[in-house]
Amino acid sequence: MRVSLTVNGRPQQADDVWEGESLLYVLRERLGLPGAKNACEQGECGSCTVRLDGELVCSCLVAAGQAEGREVVTVEGLADHAAGRRATAPGVGLDEARRWQPVPGEGARLAPIQQAFIDAGAVQCGFCTPGLLVAADELLEQNPEPTDADIREALSGNLCRCTGYEKIMDAVRLAAARQAEEV
Amino acid sequence: MEFLRPASWQEALAAKAEHPTAVPIAGGTDVMVEINFDHRRPTHLLDLTRIGELTEWETGTDSVRLGASVPYARIMRHLRAELPGLALAAHTVASPQIRNRGGVGGNLGTASPAGDAHPALLAAGAEVEAESAARGTRLIPVDTFYTGVKRNALEPDELIRAVRIARADGPQQYSKVGTRNAMVIAVCAFGLALHPETRTVRTGIGSAAPTPIRAEVAEQFLNSALEEGGFWESGQIIAPSAVKQFATLCAAACNPIDDVRGTAGYRRHAIGVLARRTLMWAWESYRGGHRVTEGAA
Repeated sequence: MRVSLTVNGRPQQADDVWEGESLLYVLRERLGLPGAKNACEQGECGSCTVRLDGELVCSCLVAAGQAEGREVVTVEGLADHAAGRRATAPGVGLDEARRWQPVPGEGARLAPIQQAFIDAGAVQCGFCTPGLLVAADELLEQNPEPTDADIREALSGNLCRCTGYEKIMDAVRLAAARQAEEV
Repeated sequence: MEFLRPASWQEALAAKAEHPTAVPIAGGTDVMVEINFDHRRPTHLLDLTRIGELTEWETGTDSVRLGASVPYARIMRHLRAELPGLALAAHTVASPQIRNRGGVGGNLGTASPAGDAHPALLAAGAEVEAESAARGTRLIPVDTFYTGVKRNALEPDELIRAVRIARADGPQQYSKVGTRNAMVIAVCAFGLALHPETRTVRTGIGSAAPTPIRAEVAEQFLNSALEEGGFWESGQIIAPSAVKQFATLCAAACNPIDDVRGTAGYRRHAIGVLARRTLMWAWESYRGGHRVTEGAA
């Protein structure tokens, strides 16, 4: 079957999709977006985490056909997604908005949470990182001043076997603090 | 495999009548696991996510009609006052990603003895609203809905439209045993609801018998002990011996097995502990008066 959806703001179409196929497979193998990772295939590890119509989901548990006509954001689109949020956030003056310029060179731009992961040393092997970034970004969108308990709960569906999570906690706190300074 | 995408509830019922072996899929948190692991290759997948009313709920005077696909995340957020036991149970489900997709209809459809919602539904009192194109709607009391391990009372042409759950008239509690606070399939779970209006206590046991069950003998014992001692009026602390007997009878209601998550003996013991704790918590709320329907996280 054919599946049409919007991924990271762009209309996309995948043909010859098997009816039992997951959204994760469509993203990785048909649309060339390998950011969301394929690991447990049962919703345990969170490495395939994406946004589906804004909701945080495991893309391995979404049937491809269920994504028909929906909007998906993957880690590849996280910088744009986060930038869009800031652009629509109240408090940006007209002059400031006029001065805004895109950073040249596609791929060079990072979402604040991505920069915070780098700065805090929250990335080791990197396999869990895309899922954690999407989940952490959603947390900061919903709750700009999360407590440690909030962070732990928000990331409880994402497994990391390298870091012991402490650096990841640091990164989310750092991104939250930077976000607060900006406002 | 065919992917059926009904745009309305009537279309979904028609599709299920035409293809009785079609597997309904909503949040996908059970069905997709089976497909990903090649444990299941249904001829038809029946996608219910286009049907808006399945994700809505209506709050009546006595009950909440909860759409089959209302995700756990929304139950936690919006139905804490009306359905405190279920809201607590919803909060123990897996992770935020799973709670955004999974709902009670799927839990009932799968009918795993370890499903997190079941003990809360049993304790609160609920009816499953099943519907077919041929025979319309019927209400199945949740007590008789679970017929075996991963088996339920649905006919092949039926779909779950909603669950009608009694609104809390007193404190409710829910507790679950697992190795961590997230991403855990229950080793065992226990739900308890005080119903001051009828002066009864109801229970629900998960993952400690082939199906979710109520501890009916324990309920009868406690109901008489509370009635005879005038506890509902006085709000006195329940005698420790009565609490202990209630816990023992709850443990005795179990019919567990040894498996990878725990032994039968451990499950029986743990259910006794959970029964005692949830009764104490709920009774403290009842005595405290105003905190009645707010569950502790």
